[in-house]
Amino acid sequence: MDILKVKNLRKIYHAKNSEILAVDNFSLNLKKGEFVAIVGPSGCGKSTILSILCGLDKPSSGTIQIDKKLKFGYMLQGDNLFDWRTIYKNCLLGLELENKLTKENIKYVNKLLDTYGLKDFKKAYPNNLSGGMRQRVSLIRTLATKPDILFLDEPFSALDYQTRLAVSDDVYQIIKKEKKSAIMVTHDLSEAISMADRVIVMSPRPSKIKSIYEIKLTNKSTPIQNRKAKEFAYYYDKIWKDIDYHV
Amino acid sequence: MYSKEHKEYLKKIKINSFLVRFIQILIITLFIFLWQFAANHNLINTFIASSPKSIINTIVNLYQDGTLFHHIWITFYEVIISFLTGTIGGIIIATILWRFKFISKVIDPYLTILNSLPKVSLGPIIIIIAGASTNSIIIMALFISVIITIINVHQAFTSTDENKIRLLKSFKAKPYQIFFKLILPSNYQNLISTCKVNIGLVFIGVIMGEFLVSKAGVGYLIMYGSQVFNLNLVMTGIILLAIMASLMYYLITFIEKKLAK
Repeated sequence: MDILKVKNLRKIYHAKNSEILAVDNFSLNLKKGEFVAIVGPSGCGKSTILSILCGLDKPSSGTIQIDKKLKFGYMLQGDNLFDWRTIYKNCLLGLELENKLTKENIKYVNKLLDTYGLKDFKKAYPNNLSGGMRQRVSLIRTLATKPDILFLDEPFSALDYQTRLAVSDDVYQIIKKEKKSAIMVTHDLSEAISMADRVIVMSPRPSKIKSIYEIKLTNKSTPIQNRKAKEFAYYYDKIWKDIDYHV
Repeated sequence: MYSKEHKEYLKKIKINSFLVRFIQILIITLFIFLWQFAANHNLINTFIASSPKSIINTIVNLYQDGTLFHHIWITFYEVIISFLTGTIGGIIIATILWRFKFISKVIDPYLTILNSLPKVSLGPIIIIIAGASTNSIIIMALFISVIITIINVHQAFTSTDENKIRLLKSFKAKPYQIFFKLILPSNYQNLISTCKVNIGLVFIGVIMGEFLVSKAGVGYLIMYGSQVFNLNLVMTGIILLAIMASLMYYLITFIEKKLAK
């Protein structure tokens, strides 16, 4: 069942002396529990798509069909934790804004913090945490409001390589365990292939969908394990050629 | 326990901070001493340069008159009122401008003009409108601090991290929530430094106002002293001002520390 249907999405940015067609003719259907990655050259409007989907931006034309009951969670580039709030308070931010500080929700946040290794850091401030931990806090903050679909906008780009691998493994498992659907924008091809069920490749601006790959790996498990699958290199090669990167 | 090296390190820091304090006190003591010494031996003209002793005498006389604290209180009152109204009013107006970008665009040139205009020039008008009273002094000091507060605070508010605003919007935050959850706390440091700048500006405004129109206050003492060529009184006024201004500054630093906890 498709929980999100996007059809012929188009976005034009207006400046004084020019207009920029950022996204053209973008369509996407998302199934429940599915993890979709969108890759493409930088500046191809990948992030624009996400901000339109979660309502921060308006599309110039096109339709977005979605079950009104479904909730979004948006995870931006960088963790955007508030330095003056404790980790615990940071995680409660979304609930505070939506006036949903119920006992049940607070319990859920506590459970998430405990489960994902931040039990001893609830009273700490973001400055005292490593990049990977901060990213996990940011994910818990998003999960706290119990979204059905997660939009991840280059969620790991601020991290160094090792942390990035570890955190993407973490985040992937958290998302799967909490049974969320997700759309992730990234420029890292291996990250996309190792995490997603489906990879959408975008062309340079004005970006359109160039190709779509259903990722079918033997023994599919966690992202780090998936990198060892024998089909991994095949997909990587295909997508790399599609992106058609020129220096 | 600490290692021997660490103890030495701590000792070094202690000695260093002691030295700084010691030399600070030494400078002021030497200055006062030399001033008095030069006055005693007629190396300087005490009629113009006054002397520490006569300043203290003046203060004591004022105290015995019962007017010392009256003057201090008048100036202090004017400073506090114009500081509070200027800072709070400025922050409120800056908030409105942050919230309604259209208004901010419209009044931008007027703010720039008002900011570059020397506010003393408004003095006569203010006096005519508000009367020759403490009111005009307060209005003048208010004018000096409020414009720059609006400009600085608005600038700080609008340069808040765009990504954090997007984050809040993704939680469907309303503008007032964005303001109280993000804009205000993230600009805490800016607000404190605005307060510190304002204390200085408000003192300028109040003293200027007291020069133009007043029957009491520290600025009045200075003005009166200069008119009757009582330089002791002028010096006394300046020293009282220095003490008051630094006390106010430390008060804000103190509040800042209290709030930071």
